[in-house]
Amino acid sequence: MTDKSSIFVWIECQGEQIKPVSLEALHCGLQLSESSGQKVCAVLFCGSKVPDLSPLSDFAPHSLKVFSHGRWQDHNSQAVSSTFFKMIQEQSPRLILLPASNHGKELGALLSGLAQAPLASDCIEVECLGENDFKVKRPIYSGKAYASLALEGAGLHIITLRPNVFRGESGSATVLPEADINTTEPESLSLIVREVIKEAGKIDVTEARVVVSGGLGMQGPENFGLLEDLASVLGGTVGASRPVVDNGWRDYSNQVGQTGRSVSPDLYIACGISGAVQHIAGMSGSKCIVAINKDPNAAIFSVAQYGIVGDALEIVPLLTAEFKKILNG
Amino acid sequence: MKIIVCVKQTLDTNASIEIKDGAIHAPGSARIMNPYDEFAVEEAVRIKENQPDTDITLITLGGENSRDILKTGLAMGADRAVHIIDSDLDDFDGLAIARKLYEVIKDREFDLVLCGRQAVDQDRAQVGPALSVLLDIPAITVVTKIDFSEDYSRVVATRQIEGGAERIESPLPLLATCQKGLNTPRLPSLKGIMAARKKEVVEITDLPNTAGSVENDAKLRILELSLPPQRKSAIMLEGQPLDMAKELAQALREKEKVL
Repeated sequence: MTDKSSIFVWIECQGEQIKPVSLEALHCGLQLSESSGQKVCAVLFCGSKVPDLSPLSDFAPHSLKVFSHGRWQDHNSQAVSSTFFKMIQEQSPRLILLPASNHGKELGALLSGLAQAPLASDCIEVECLGENDFKVKRPIYSGKAYASLALEGAGLHIITLRPNVFRGESGSATVLPEADINTTEPESLSLIVREVIKEAGKIDVTEARVVVSGGLGMQGPENFGLLEDLASVLGGTVGASRPVVDNGWRDYSNQVGQTGRSVSPDLYIACGISGAVQHIAGMSGSKCIVAINKDPNAAIFSVAQYGIVGDALEIVPLLTAEFKKILNG
Repeated sequence: MKIIVCVKQTLDTNASIEIKDGAIHAPGSARIMNPYDEFAVEEAVRIKENQPDTDITLITLGGENSRDILKTGLAMGADRAVHIIDSDLDDFDGLAIARKLYEVIKDREFDLVLCGRQAVDQDRAQVGPALSVLLDIPAITVVTKIDFSEDYSRVVATRQIEGGAERIESPLPLLATCQKGLNTPRLPSLKGIMAARKKEVVEITDLPNTAGSVENDAKLRILELSLPPQRKSAIMLEGQPLDMAKELAQALREKEKVL
C-alpha cells in the first residue's frame, strides 16, 4: 500500500537489466525514508520477461510495482509518462526520484508538466527539510556554481539525481517485497521507438567510475588507443575535451564540459587537456582528479589533486603498466 | 511547415562566475544565444532551405537585452520573432517558464517546436518537455538527427542515450530538443544581418498566466547560490616518468582509495 506520504523511485532498465543508477536512486529514497518515515515504492517498466530483480534487494524498497508487457521493452517516454502520471493521480506520492540519465531527465520533465510539479534536476545532495519539505543542491552553469533549493508544500515534487553521487554500501540483506506485476498492454500512442542502437560493452562517460580524458595534447585520434588501454585496466571509459570532438577525433558523446557532458566519477585522469573553464566546469565534481600536461602552468593543474608535468603519450602507457601490476597483484 | 524555435540568452560559456549579493555575477562576459538553441535555429533554417514555404518564428523570454539573440536568429534565417519581456522572471522555476511560452504558442499554428536540449546556465532540461505536455504534443529530447517522411507529415529522430542512440518516429506536430551533433550552426551573413533589420519582432509585456489545469500544492524556492569548494593545490609529482607513474598508482590505491 502507498499513501500520501510515499516516495516513488523510477527503476530504469536497459534491455533486461536494471541499470546501476537506479540503485543509487533507491538508496537516496531509503535515506530520505529513514528521516521522514515516508515509504519507498519502486516503479519499473520492462518487457514481457521481468528482469532479475535481486539487485534491488541491496536497497529494498517497501513496495515494488512492475509494469511488464512486450510493448514496454523499449523505453517509450510518452507511454511511460502517461502511465506513471495515472499512478500519481491515484496514489498522490510526495516525491518522485529518478536517475538523471537521458531517459530519466526526460521522464522527470514530462511528469513535471503533467502533474504541474516542481522539478529539481541533476541533484548532488538531497535531504528532508522539516517534516514535509526537501532541500536539494544542484550544479548550475554545468558546475561553475551550485544552487540550493527548497521544495516546499504538501503536493508532488520531482527530483532527478546525478549518477555516481548517491552510491551506497549495500545494506544488510533485506527481503525484497513481492512485486505487484501489472501485465496490461499499454495504450497506443503516437511515439514509436523504431530502433535502439547500443555500442557493445561501452560504459557511458556520465556513468563510469573512472574517466580517462584526452585533449589536443594527445596529438591525434590514433593515440586515443593509449587512453582506451588505461581506461580498460581501470574499468573506466574514455572522455574528451571539446577541441578533440570538434576536430572529429572522438564522438560527441565523449565530450566532457559545459557544452558536453557533466561527470562526477571517482577518478578523472585528464591527459593533454589544458583546462578551459568550460571543461573544468564539467568535471570538477570528480572525487579525485589527476592531470598530465606538458605545460606546468596549464589551468587543469588548479583543480587536480595530482599533477604530472610531461608528455601524456609517454606517461599514459607507463601508468597503464603500473595500474595493471597493482590491480593484478 | 510552421516552426517555432524557443531561444534563451545565456552567459558566454567562456565566462568565469562569481556570486555577488546572492546572484550570479560575471563582469565583462558576453551574453550569447544558448549554444543548444543555435542548433535548433540552424535546423529550422535547413528545413526551410528544403521546404521554402516554411515559416520560422523565434520566441524568447527575458529582459530587454535578450533582443540581441533574436537579431542573431533572424540573421541566421528565421522569419519573425516574439519577445516576451519579463524582467522579474524567476529563472529557477522551469515550470513557470514553460507556462509563459505555452501562453504565447497555444494560439499559433505550428508543426514543429524546436528547443535546445537544455540551457547552459540552469542545465535543467525541463522547459522543452514540460512545454510539450502543455501543448499536448509528443516530445523527443536530446536529438542529433531529424528525418522527415516524404510528405513532411512524420519525423524519425535520432536521440542520444547512455552508450548509444535511439531512433524514434512521431507524427507532427512534435517538440524536439536539439543536441550537439545535429548540425553546425552558421554564422549570420552580412546579407542575413541586413535582412534581419526588416523582420518583425513582436514584444509582449503583459502576459496572462492561465496554464495548468492540474492543481499541485508544491513549489520550488531558491535558498542560496554557492561556488564549488576550493580545491587544495595539486601534489606535483617529480622525478623520472616511470617513478612518477609508480608513485601515482600507489597514491590512488592507498591514499585516495579510488582503485
